[in-house]
Amino acid sequence: MNIFQDANRTQIAGRRRTDWLLHILFVVATSIGVIALCALIVDILIDGIARLQPDLFTNFPSRRAEGSGMKSALVGTIYMLLIMAPISFIFGVGAAIYLEEYAKKGKITRLIQLNISTLAGVPSIVYGILGLALFVRLLALDRSLIAGALTMTLLVLPIIIVSAQEAIRAVPKSRRDASFALGATKWQTVYRSVLPSALPGVLTGVILAMSRAIGETAPLVMIGALTYVAFLPEGLKDSFTVIPIQVYNWLSKPKVEFQELAASGIIVLLALLLLMNFSAILLRNKYQKNV
Amino acid sequence: MQSEGLQSIDQAQTVNKELYEFKNKRVSIMNKLMPVVLFLCASVSVLTTIGIVFTLITETYQFFKQIPILDFLFGTKWSPLIPPKSFGVLPLLSGTLMITFIACLVAIPLGLASAIYLSEYAPKRVRKIIKPILEVLAGVPTIVYGYFALSLVTPLIQSLFDSAGVFNALSAGIVVGIMIIPMVSSLSEDAMSAVPRSLRDGAYALGATRFEVALKIVVPAAFSGIVASAVLAFSRAIGETMIVTVAAGSTPNMTVNPLDSIQTMTAYIVQVSLGDTPHGSIEYGSIFAVGMTLFVITFLLNILAQYIARKFREEY
Repeated sequence: MNIFQDANRTQIAGRRRTDWLLHILFVVATSIGVIALCALIVDILIDGIARLQPDLFTNFPSRRAEGSGMKSALVGTIYMLLIMAPISFIFGVGAAIYLEEYAKKGKITRLIQLNISTLAGVPSIVYGILGLALFVRLLALDRSLIAGALTMTLLVLPIIIVSAQEAIRAVPKSRRDASFALGATKWQTVYRSVLPSALPGVLTGVILAMSRAIGETAPLVMIGALTYVAFLPEGLKDSFTVIPIQVYNWLSKPKVEFQELAASGIIVLLALLLLMNFSAILLRNKYQKNV
Repeated sequence: MQSEGLQSIDQAQTVNKELYEFKNKRVSIMNKLMPVVLFLCASVSVLTTIGIVFTLITETYQFFKQIPILDFLFGTKWSPLIPPKSFGVLPLLSGTLMITFIACLVAIPLGLASAIYLSEYAPKRVRKIIKPILEVLAGVPTIVYGYFALSLVTPLIQSLFDSAGVFNALSAGIVVGIMIIPMVSSLSEDAMSAVPRSLRDGAYALGATRFEVALKIVVPAAFSGIVASAVLAFSRAIGETMIVTVAAGSTPNMTVNPLDSIQTMTAYIVQVSLGDTPHGSIEYGSIFAVGMTLFVITFLLNILAQYIARKFREEY
């Protein structure tokens, strides 16, 4: 009897040890991701912090690293956001409202829904190809600010639609019933009751989609956002550059000084992203308190 | 006096009624018009897909008029800019697959382990901190990862292997892998969290350890979700552009040595569009043919992932 108990005990101890070992292993595996993020941030800060001077924001890029800046890229990014945000908001939220409030459950709706989730998985460079063929060539917008902004709008639309749909779905049915009971039409209900209630969630999604857009490089390289722009775009049809493309341009130059400039450009980009994500989190928290 | 008063009341009523009808009319017009407008918004997404497919097909068709499709699909030499020109896509495909393979080797074990840790082991407090950090990893722009690969990972690899060049597939692959960790971990964790509590409780009641519960109960129950996340990560790695453009080089190369410089399909598209290729030239057509290949592969993988997630889901 005693022998069996001993055997049992060693077996249990062994299983416990495996459990403990694997626990350690899982913690290590999880921390690798975290460590990689820290290494990335530290690496960039070390390389780029010295170049983070007023010159970077007030000067145009130049062939010499000394005094080279990213004024045109910074302005280009901001302009693109300003054009893209309202267009993608209207179309994205419009599509979400249609799918959640109006669409009848049927084949067409399922097709649209499936199509949106498939579009979200299309590589961003393919949007660049579409932008090149559709906006740059077919609509003859050339390599302009508006062509870039429209391409990016198509890229972020699926993200905005999905998040807006979630926000609208979260609005309780009682709110709609109350509005109908007061004699409101469908559209009045949607516009005056559902939408205001879903707005914080919708805006959070839009901000996150915008932060995805300002980090994208590949589609804009495709449609030919110039890498060397020594002027500020003044109209929709002017050529432009954005921060990630300026960074890519610096990164592809072998000199160490340009690598440092790239790192400082990245710091600016990450700071901008942090700001946007932070405001999205603030919005979300406020929203959660209200419900 | 009195009749005048009555008249003005009458007038007031008609005015009021007209106003009411006018307002009512506007409300009802809006009510009828808006669904149409909103439907148009929703159809933009369908038009995007049609646009993508149409563009790729027409331009690729033009390209295949000049280069036979079989030469493109099975040719082993890719030399689009330097004569003798040759358009065999296999070197680009093999480069892409090598990057993707390395990335999955990094991301799937690490992502899955993170998912198991977060869903089965981690205390709530730790989970609340780790999860957002991993999500940040997914939000970092790819050009930043490109910098990371070039300035930190490549020197590290070069110090380990003498034969590694400045541009090599290994460095780019590892960094793409790091980028898709959060995708694997968060999608797998969602699948694991959906496994009902009662299954775990049953196993614990039989004396199973946490690892045994994770391996024998939770992972099999969430298997479809885990496989789907892996397929999606694979597809994401194939479409990744900036990291490979910056760190993997631009030499189309059919090699199995990860320390060599290679070129992926995405990096080729970027290379051509950076140069000034005239519209209608054969190089210009080649980016559509390569883009079409890329689109078809990722599209099929995404459909496969959705199919797996739906078809093999265990219902509880």
